[in-house]
Amino acid sequence: MKKNRIFNAVVILGASVVVFVILAALQYIGVIDEYNGQLLTLSGIYIVVALSLNLITGFTGQLALGQAGFMSVGAYTTAIAIMKFHVPMLLAILIGGLVAAVFGIIIGFPTLRLRGDYLAIATLGFGEIIRVLMINLGSLTGGAAGLKGIPAFSETENFVLDAVIKFSWVYVFAVITIVIISNLINSSPGRAIISIREDEIAANSMGINIAYYKIFSFTLSAFLAGVGGGLYGIYMGYLNPTMFGFMPSMNIVVIVVLGGLGSITGTVVASVAFTYIQEWLRVFKDLRLVIFGLALILVMIFWPKGLLGNKELSISGFLRKLFKRENNPERTVSQQNGSREGK
Amino acid sequence: MAVLEAQNISIVFGGLKAVTNFDLKLEKGELVGLIGPNGAGKTTVFNMLTGVYNPTSGDILFNYSSDDNASKSIVGLKPYQITQLGIARTFQNIRLFKDLTVLDNVRIALHFNVKYNALQAVFRTSAFYREEGRVAGKAKELLEIFHIGEKQNELAKNLPYGEQRKLEIVRALATNPKLLLLDEPAAGMNPQETQDLMKLIKFIKDQFNLTILLIEHDMSLVMGICERIVVLDYGQTIAAGTPAEIRKDPKVIKAYLGEGGEFDA
Amino acid sequence: MEFVQQVLNGLSLGSVYALIALGYTMVYGIVKLINFAHGDILMIGAFGGFFIMGAFGVSPTTILISFIVSMGVCAIIGIIIEKTCYAPLRNAPRINALITAIGVSYLLENGGRVLPFMGPNPKQFPTFKIQNYNFLGINISQTQIMTIAISILLMALLNYIINYTKIGKAMRATSFDMNAACLMGININRIISFTFALGAALGAAAGILFASSYPQVEPYMGFMPGLKAFVAAVLGGIGSIPGAMLGGFLLGIAETLTKGFISSKLADGVAFGILIIILVVKPTGILGKNEREKV
Ligand SMILES: Nc1ncnc2c1ncn2[C@@H]1O[C@H](COP(=O)(O)OP(=O)(O)O)[C@@H](O)[C@H]1O
Ligand SMILES: [Mg+2]
Repeated sequence: MKKNRIFNAVVILGASVVVFVILAALQYIGVIDEYNGQLLTLSGIYIVVALSLNLITGFTGQLALGQAGFMSVGAYTTAIAIMKFHVPMLLAILIGGLVAAVFGIIIGFPTLRLRGDYLAIATLGFGEIIRVLMINLGSLTGGAAGLKGIPAFSETENFVLDAVIKFSWVYVFAVITIVIISNLINSSPGRAIISIREDEIAANSMGINIAYYKIFSFTLSAFLAGVGGGLYGIYMGYLNPTMFGFMPSMNIVVIVVLGGLGSITGTVVASVAFTYIQEWLRVFKDLRLVIFGLALILVMIFWPKGLLGNKELSISGFLRKLFKRENNPERTVSQQNGSREGK
Repeated sequence: MAVLEAQNISIVFGGLKAVTNFDLKLEKGELVGLIGPNGAGKTTVFNMLTGVYNPTSGDILFNYSSDDNASKSIVGLKPYQITQLGIARTFQNIRLFKDLTVLDNVRIALHFNVKYNALQAVFRTSAFYREEGRVAGKAKELLEIFHIGEKQNELAKNLPYGEQRKLEIVRALATNPKLLLLDEPAAGMNPQETQDLMKLIKFIKDQFNLTILLIEHDMSLVMGICERIVVLDYGQTIAAGTPAEIRKDPKVIKAYLGEGGEFDA
Repeated sequence: MEFVQQVLNGLSLGSVYALIALGYTMVYGIVKLINFAHGDILMIGAFGGFFIMGAFGVSPTTILISFIVSMGVCAIIGIIIEKTCYAPLRNAPRINALITAIGVSYLLENGGRVLPFMGPNPKQFPTFKIQNYNFLGINISQTQIMTIAISILLMALLNYIINYTKIGKAMRATSFDMNAACLMGININRIISFTFALGAALGAAAGILFASSYPQVEPYMGFMPGLKAFVAAVLGGIGSIPGAMLGGFLLGIAETLTKGFISSKLADGVAFGILIIILVVKPTGILGKNEREKV
């Protein structure tokens, strides 16, 4: 039991450090060029934001279509904190998350009564309202023109080093987000959250305070999306309201569904895949979004559960099997959420 | 002091009087049957007792602690609050978390007694591991009683029907109730399974110091194990008494079998 | 006077919203799908009018032909979309159908951008020479009169179809309970196709009207009015046909009043503000019915 715990922690920490060192080194020596480095960084931001949505939609079962709204609150707050109040970057990002979380609570309460499509519509509406708000709060947000000249994570003379530092920031936040969501979900509060998705009435009758966990989920989700937004603003160097409209919200939904609702690893893989596919499609110029639309339709029809359904890819499970010499590679997808712990 | 006292509760859906002036008093340790034809309002009574619906009028008192005089009205409380006070239920149309494992189904019911919070979960503190161990152990223990311990890692939806019903009972027990409400627990089981289940219900009643209110369709079964029976028809109590009394009651016979019928139980 | 003027402008805008909202509401009532691509049908309908009137000039005859052709073409497109994209997902989770609808929307909008005869840039929509009539100090344009008149005519026609024809009754039955309707021998697939066709035809008409008062066309033009008409449908009570009409008019008026008296920059926000308020106060909309889950 205790040995397993440490084993798990070491494997996860080790794996993330190894992956980081490899990716950062490859960027530094130029094997991963600047362009691909940028894409990797962007993927990391998508991981943070998409996981935040997966918490609400995949695990809590509440269809939300306004995640970019939370992102924009975080992004603007972070940028304003840095530019106008000279708050240190890390603190600014966390403040961005907190302000977004406040919006999460504000939005969470009225939507408690709403279910399914109605909730989806309400969150969509909130996303749009936030966008209109950003346009109209001109003195603070720069209105439709937005904010320009958000300082980068670092300004050394060395562009490559700057890029690697940018990547590092995002990487650390992505890993922390993954750990938060995965540790939460594989716990008793996490199971309470999932029970809401499975059957709200039964969960209520089993002593689960539905309202509390919905608000909790909304708030944490908004916080993470806000953090993702803060990173995004610094990554881009500028902000304007069109970056956070309906389409960006939908892109996040698409990532989560493609990865599999309720699958953390699925979301991670889909975030990276989505970023790259969007880029690859650029060679088709104007046809890009046509192909993208077509792909969405085909995937939904022929691959309705996304990449992983609600299952998880598991490294430590895989390694454990490897060490025990159980030669059964196709079973590295653990049977379902939560099957890994308590053993 | 009674464990539960429903005083004159009624509920109206639109124009339909689903339950009218229903009275019920359950003493500690009783096993009472609630019977009646389809649509009589039995499940609706359960829904009122558990806070799923609010009665249009009337009051429900529940003795929530070990102190015999500590009763309070549970009308207006949310289902989860009532469950936390000590009333657990099963559902007639099985409502398991069907895409989750058997173990998770039970662990969810144990959740509100778990002593660590989300933050401790994220940081994987020792409280987390201690409680997770306790919860898993407790869940397995309960599953063993119903002989479905070895299926703990299967998805609930993959269990045979009878075992799904058992899992519903285990899940309700996991909330550590004083009063257990079972809505047609033997529906869909064959006679042998039904017999076994009834023995099991008696067993858990004694083992866990429960008071049980049981809805059943199969008359023979209720007659076999219940000490007292309440009969509903069209939302009204038409008879109440021991199985022997109920069996002879002409109103009950009429409600169940039409004129001239007789029970062969 | 200014107030009455804005209400009048609102009625004209609102009648367009109402026509689009009807398509949303009918489809939702039957297949429980939020058809996000519905706004893009409006765009296609508008382009239909653009081509016909661009080629043959603007006259009452060409206007009539534009409506007939655009509505017919869009009805067919509506059926094709339903059969190819939505029908395979009828039993899939809602979110899949929703994403498919978004995919269709991307496809139509961006398909329009790459087609050589449409292209990404806004084009002037051919209209009558603007002529304003003055009525006790209130201005009303030809286009506004046409918009309100045609919308009301189409809504009356729809009302007739839904309430007095056999297929309309079948639609209502299907919307009430699809399984029961199926058991009663109603051909569900045909009803669904018909519903999509009807909604798309109304959307196409709305497109021509919307483009006439703007007056320009471009591939993304359907997005915002589509989204707002959807809000209108929710406001009135999604699934309810009179609700969609009411919601459309209310939303149009609210929007022009905001534009006229508060700020034009807030006009977009108003629709969504109303949406949130209605969802919180009465989630099923003004005329929608409440349903409680039986336990
Ligand atoms: N949520 C509800 N809305 C409307 N009618 C209901 C609702 N729940 C139950 N009923 C009606 O109340 C009556 C009693 O139902 P129920 O309690 O389920 O009966 P029983 O469990 O005795 O078979 C039935 O006529 C049923 O249709
Ligand atoms: Mg019942």
